[in-house]
Amino acid sequence: MSSVRDILSRLGGIPVGFATVFKTFFRKPVTVQYPEKQKPMSARFRGRHHLKRYDDGLEKCIGCALCAAACPSDAIYVEAAENNNDKRFSPGERYAKTYEINMLRCIFCGYCEDACPTNAIILEPIEFPTGYTREGMIYTKDKLLEPAPAGVQGTPQATPAGKFERAILPFPPIDVSV
Amino acid sequence: MQEHKIVAPILEFLLKSVVLILIALTGFAYTTLLERRFIARLQARIGPNRAGPQGLLQPVADGLKLIVKESITPALADKFVYFLAPAIAVVPALIVFAVIPFGSGPLFSLMGDLNIGVLYVLAVLSVGVYGAVLAGWASNNKYASLGGLRASAQMISYELAFGLSLVAVVLMASSASLNDIVKYQQPGNILGWLIFRQPIAAGIFAICAMAELARAPFDLVEAEQELTAGFLTEYGGMKFALFYMSEYVKMIAMSALFATFFLGGWSGPFVNEFPVLSLVYFAVKVLIGLLIIVWVRATLPRFRYDKLMAFGWKALLPLSLANVMLTALLIVLGVY
Repeated sequence: MSSVRDILSRLGGIPVGFATVFKTFFRKPVTVQYPEKQKPMSARFRGRHHLKRYDDGLEKCIGCALCAAACPSDAIYVEAAENNNDKRFSPGERYAKTYEINMLRCIFCGYCEDACPTNAIILEPIEFPTGYTREGMIYTKDKLLEPAPAGVQGTPQATPAGKFERAILPFPPIDVSV
Repeated sequence: MQEHKIVAPILEFLLKSVVLILIALTGFAYTTLLERRFIARLQARIGPNRAGPQGLLQPVADGLKLIVKESITPALADKFVYFLAPAIAVVPALIVFAVIPFGSGPLFSLMGDLNIGVLYVLAVLSVGVYGAVLAGWASNNKYASLGGLRASAQMISYELAFGLSLVAVVLMASSASLNDIVKYQQPGNILGWLIFRQPIAAGIFAICAMAELARAPFDLVEAEQELTAGFLTEYGGMKFALFYMSEYVKMIAMSALFATFFLGGWSGPFVNEFPVLSLVYFAVKVLIGLLIIVWVRATLPRFRYDKLMAFGWKALLPLSLANVMLTALLIVLGVY
């Protein structure tokens, strides 16, 4: 049994609690009104993916699909096609004809970023993928690709022959006699 | 002429009832919003502010949501009692208002001057707990029955102290009519209020009112962390809404009763010149009471079950008995 003095001293804590709660009433609420305002994010925050371009407007992505291979949740689908000098998308041999990320599967781990040999895919703290339908959550290339820099023509571009020598010619016929 | 003597009072009674129920239901809806917004600010949050300007349509949205919910009945429930329980919870909460004087004069109260008003209040409020007990029993769910069990144990522990705190008030006013109690507090200054002359009774009444409401810190009946939702576990849709309604209407009723018994009811300056002012004073007092109830909820953690019983029987009951004795003694000695 606790003594009366014990009980009284413990009751003394109750007004303190009430005062603390009352003081909180005059504090500014910490809530961030999300869709209108956003909390400031670290520059390295892994938000949604963006496909980057070079300064001359060509896409960095060369359609190698290493990102799709690295993806632990199998959220990336890449279909590559050949570049040529009349219709050039990327400086490499090939480019991504189809590039889709299923944002519902993505776990934002950033492995695709690590795997990319040309630093074409970057997760940036710009916006969060949101949507009302499952179809709308599959982000296609036109959503992912950033716009061309100001004053520069986007892709496809016509480029002079020999400037990107590695990519243009069709495969030589396979010598079956060997 | 004879007809008018019968029909007119009935018509007046019906009209008043309808107005009162409408006010109680609107009050219930906006008390939920008031609580959510106020408790949010007490926790440094904003609270619901999306539906309509400042969230004013939130109660409408909540109501619509609950109406369109599927009504589920547990397979092994006692169907009749299961459907009856929400009604048993709501009706007493609503009919308490019958004896509360909202303003000066017979126009502003439903039953006029009921000379056993205090007894009526105690009787009706005790019936309310059957809603929780029967709901817990009829749901055929272990959490629900534990909640119902706790409800009955809690109410028994607090009903006595609750009644005894009012005995002191009745002794002072020498009347059990709520209107007489208000008039007794009216003359003179603010110190005529019974909260200053009966502080112990006021404190006990406030604590017991909280327990009666089954709200934090006495919300063992629902106790989310231990009992899922207590007696509410198996209820959804409109049946859940009825329980919710009974809780909030009771909150308003308790606040109104506290204002009537201890804060001078509708009395205030210039009431005799402008009777409408009495309504305003009463509304302000009830509103302050509601805010305090929410403030308490935001501050105090839940009691432990056994400590609640011990507190009710070993602290509140002796204290209220001593208070009744002291009051009686002081009245006999002529101090009051």
